[in-house]
Amino acid sequence: MNFVHFMLQNDVLELTWEHLWLVGISTLLALLVGLPLGIMIARWPRWNKPVLAGANIIQTIPSLALFGFLLPVPWLGARVERLAILALTLYALLPVIRNTYTGIRGVDPAVVEAGRGMGMTDRQLLFRVELPLALSVILSGVRVAVVISVGLATIAAAIGAGGLGEFIFRGLAMVNNQLILAGAVPAAILALSADLSLGWLERRLRPR
Amino acid sequence: MEPAGSGIAIEFRDVSYTLPSGQRLLSDLNLQVRRGETLVLLGRSGSGKTTTLKLVNRLLLPSSGEVRVNGAPTDVIQLRRSIGYVIQDVGLFPHYTVERNIALVPTIEGWSEERIRARVQELLRVVGLEPQMASRYPRELSGGQRQRVGVARALAADPPILLMDEPFGALDPLTRDELQREFLDLQQRLRKTVVFVTHDLREALRLGSSIALMEAGRLVTVLPPENFLHSDDPWAAAYVKAFGVGSYDAAERSAP
Repeated sequence: MNFVHFMLQNDVLELTWEHLWLVGISTLLALLVGLPLGIMIARWPRWNKPVLAGANIIQTIPSLALFGFLLPVPWLGARVERLAILALTLYALLPVIRNTYTGIRGVDPAVVEAGRGMGMTDRQLLFRVELPLALSVILSGVRVAVVISVGLATIAAAIGAGGLGEFIFRGLAMVNNQLILAGAVPAAILALSADLSLGWLERRLRPR
Repeated sequence: MEPAGSGIAIEFRDVSYTLPSGQRLLSDLNLQVRRGETLVLLGRSGSGKTTTLKLVNRLLLPSSGEVRVNGAPTDVIQLRRSIGYVIQDVGLFPHYTVERNIALVPTIEGWSEERIRARVQELLRVVGLEPQMASRYPRELSGGQRQRVGVARALAADPPILLMDEPFGALDPLTRDELQREFLDLQQRLRKTVVFVTHDLREALRLGSSIALMEAGRLVTVLPPENFLHSDDPWAAAYVKAFGVGSYDAAERSAP
């Protein structure tokens, strides 16, 4: 009871909202960039290696370091939320691109050949056949991206971008476990509920 | 474009097809398909049958030579929509109902909804499926039913030419026999120009009005089925020997 009271008193809702916002916007941006890239490398496989390698390299940069690296960049550094969103977007790219690629390549070649042979244009093939059939695989990539982002977004607080990480860093500095939990528990709940709901959607969309 | 009455529907002139790796799949093919006939491309795996077929609807483009489809549109998308295409793996869209699968070409060609519905019902009858099959999904059908839908889909926009790539190859013998019989029936009525790929001599003898025998990317000979069994050609003779077919098949053919 004490803990709940504490959470309500300390802007938990506001910070959760901030956290969600960081994750939501960056996931959306990752989709806007990653989907076309994934489609592109599925269609022209010679771009596959460089694009996936690039996205992979980004994943290997420690998040704290990436936030630090981006801080001196002029327009970005002016508003740390921008910076946090950019970093989170970059991390979310790999699962989105890779699953879009895998999903499209995984469509039964006979289905694609039939569609092409019957006179579907590339665009019709993409929107009526390949993307609908790849949807559940793409969505599982989005699910991974969101779960990673929820965790990474806590670190955004290190550069002052807000979110539930505020509590965690404050708690660490003050050696206050309750404060740490006030950040960690809602973050874990966010990650779990995103995982469950997107997983449910993914199963519903899976072609049977 | 040839005049409408011309007897040649598809013509290969000195056609070769080479993979980017340099491997040659087809060499100097010269072949004519007459309007309304069923030309069977017979040969073993890798002999170039499927390559030949895909050159007709331009899924492949010849490395040299020319493939002419008389009276067909020049635009590749329009050309493909005017040629029915049936493949062994059927390739039905798993997320579409049978109705939407059959209606594929009419839909992308922008037919009205009533016209499409009527056409689908008509085609279900033509390929021997119950009208209530329209709302099923491909996964709910048997192999034979799936290929019937595949044939219906190919016929949907009433194309003058039909390309069939081992359409009955994956079916059990009884279902295959049934579909072959129905194909003959259908062809009697519709008189499409059909190019039919198979490695099965019995099927070739039964369905073809002529048989083009291929071996290692070359056309060996083109024969009417009644002459095939007694041909002097060594490849044809080898085929006949391998299948052990006698005069039985030729007799059966004339009385389906």
